[in-house]
Amino acid sequence: MTVLAEGMAGSRPRTPAGRAVAALNRTAIHVFLALIGLIWLVPTLGLLVTSFRPRADIQATGWWEISNLHLTLDNYRQVLEAQGMLQAFVNTVFITVPSTLLPLGICAMAAYAFSWMRFPFRDSLFLIVVGLLMVPVQVAFIPVLTGMRELLPDLQLLRGFGAVWLAHTAFALPFGIFLLRNFFITLPPDMIEAARIDGASDVRIFRMIVVPVSVPAIAAYGIFQFLWVWNDLLMALVFVQDSTKYPMTRAIQSLLSQYGTEWHLLAAGAFLLMIVPLVVFFSLQRYFVQGLLAGSIK
Amino acid sequence: MGTVPQGLEMLRNYRALADGEAARARGPEKPKWGTTILFLAPAGVLLLVFLIYPAIYTVLLSFNRGRNGVFGEWVGLDNYARLFADPDFVNFSTFPPSGALWNNLLWLVFYVSIVIFFGLILAVVAARVRYEAVLKAIVFIPMAIAATALAVIWKFVYSPDNIGLLNAILGVFGIGPVSWLGDQGIVNFALIAVGIWGSVGFATIILSAAVKSIPAEVIESARVEGANERQIFFRMILPMVSLPVSVLAVTLVVNVIKLFDLIFVMTSGGPGTASQVIAFTMYQQAFGAGQWGYGAAVAVVMLVLLTPIMIFNVRRFRSGSVT
Repeated sequence: MTVLAEGMAGSRPRTPAGRAVAALNRTAIHVFLALIGLIWLVPTLGLLVTSFRPRADIQATGWWEISNLHLTLDNYRQVLEAQGMLQAFVNTVFITVPSTLLPLGICAMAAYAFSWMRFPFRDSLFLIVVGLLMVPVQVAFIPVLTGMRELLPDLQLLRGFGAVWLAHTAFALPFGIFLLRNFFITLPPDMIEAARIDGASDVRIFRMIVVPVSVPAIAAYGIFQFLWVWNDLLMALVFVQDSTKYPMTRAIQSLLSQYGTEWHLLAAGAFLLMIVPLVVFFSLQRYFVQGLLAGSIK
Repeated sequence: MGTVPQGLEMLRNYRALADGEAARARGPEKPKWGTTILFLAPAGVLLLVFLIYPAIYTVLLSFNRGRNGVFGEWVGLDNYARLFADPDFVNFSTFPPSGALWNNLLWLVFYVSIVIFFGLILAVVAARVRYEAVLKAIVFIPMAIAATALAVIWKFVYSPDNIGLLNAILGVFGIGPVSWLGDQGIVNFALIAVGIWGSVGFATIILSAAVKSIPAEVIESARVEGANERQIFFRMILPMVSLPVSVLAVTLVVNVIKLFDLIFVMTSGGPGTASQVIAFTMYQQAFGAGQWGYGAAVAVVMLVLLTPIMIFNVRRFRSGSVT
């Protein structure tokens, strides 16, 4: 790899031999990068092609043998209707939307308090939030499940989406508060001071100033949280216990364990799961990358 | 595609955060209790009920038999003793060692180092070509996709029959077919490869920002002074990226300790117990086998493994540099 790292463009060799070496190195770079591009594209493309091929074809030949290419939408029809993926898609939406909006609101409020309000132990409490960033959700599973079953059996939280909404919201808080607080404190203090002198209350400053000027940061966090929940399997396994309410991740996982080699169903199912994140990725790439980068410490 | 590099603004913002500390000191002189409670209560109540109290409960439960998740028979360290005696959790009596904890260690060594290595190479090399943004977007796409979908994509690539791409390629050279996910000696490396494939894009984006923060004139003047590209890489680029690399490494280590979805979907810890990892063991013991106290002990082991990183974060934060 050091061969590639050295002698790259930028330096301009003066002798013909030097130029030849540079050209060779350039070619090596392009070949290397083309290979990388292929390794990162081909597996996904292969599954995409497979999702449109008839079942018999998939079992007979590899997807790359284009001489035997017939395309069909049957796989999608079958997985959506017969395998209940349509219901699972709707369930994923039902799980994801509240599990994104609730933490956004709650985190923004708490982050405002930690940034622009004065109260005792403010910074110590915030350090606890920083510490909670590293607490794995696994330590909460058993007591939270037991509590929902034993203490609040009448609420039937585990039968509906209540349990998974609450769990996603609560476990998102340390990171969301941390991220938004770190953005809010970069706002110009004069702006907040001026509003205070004009007699604006904290609620008003929060709603009329801090939230509107922080839209890019809130959007980045919102997209991160949305994709986190959309793509989650673990929380759905633990907190969604009614099989008619399973999200797509869980539906695909059970497809895989039931029909491990029915690739026509698995491929179509996987793409139904991927389509929304991919659309978000290509349309809101900037916020998306920001959100994921910011989420890197989660 | 051109917008990927711009996504780094937020990362740069982190650097500016410490400056916010001074400004933040301002605010109304007297605390307004009503408003403070209004803003903090929802978060505070949820954190107490769903994270802080359950964490304490789980630690206590790990010293109990904990049938059905409630306290019954106190067993002291028995759960931990059984856990570390369980060959499925950690087993050093064979060579190579095995068990969930050992598999996490394999992930730690190979996944973390190779992701950083590829990320660094790609960040440096891609910066020299015009299609950098496209390439970075391609490598980044797996970050958008659920681990469940990654698992399906790669199970298909690893398929042991004639429709699996990898075995088809090896077949051209007369090798195989290899049972990538069915062989105890291979399965962990096959899974780690998928993990690497999923994370290199993320590493590339983070390190690319760091590589680009080195002013071009500085590198150019080093060239004029007669430094060769190897010297530039090792003496200039590498020292400049050491901080982002350490942040990235911490993130990847956390990923490894929390790793679950990919393993659960691709192999369910199999063949046998060969590819289990610690988060998988926790899930399986608590919810599959109904061994709540034992599962709680595994969760506590996860918490203990993450504690050094927690302390590191809090220390960093108190010293004013925020990441």
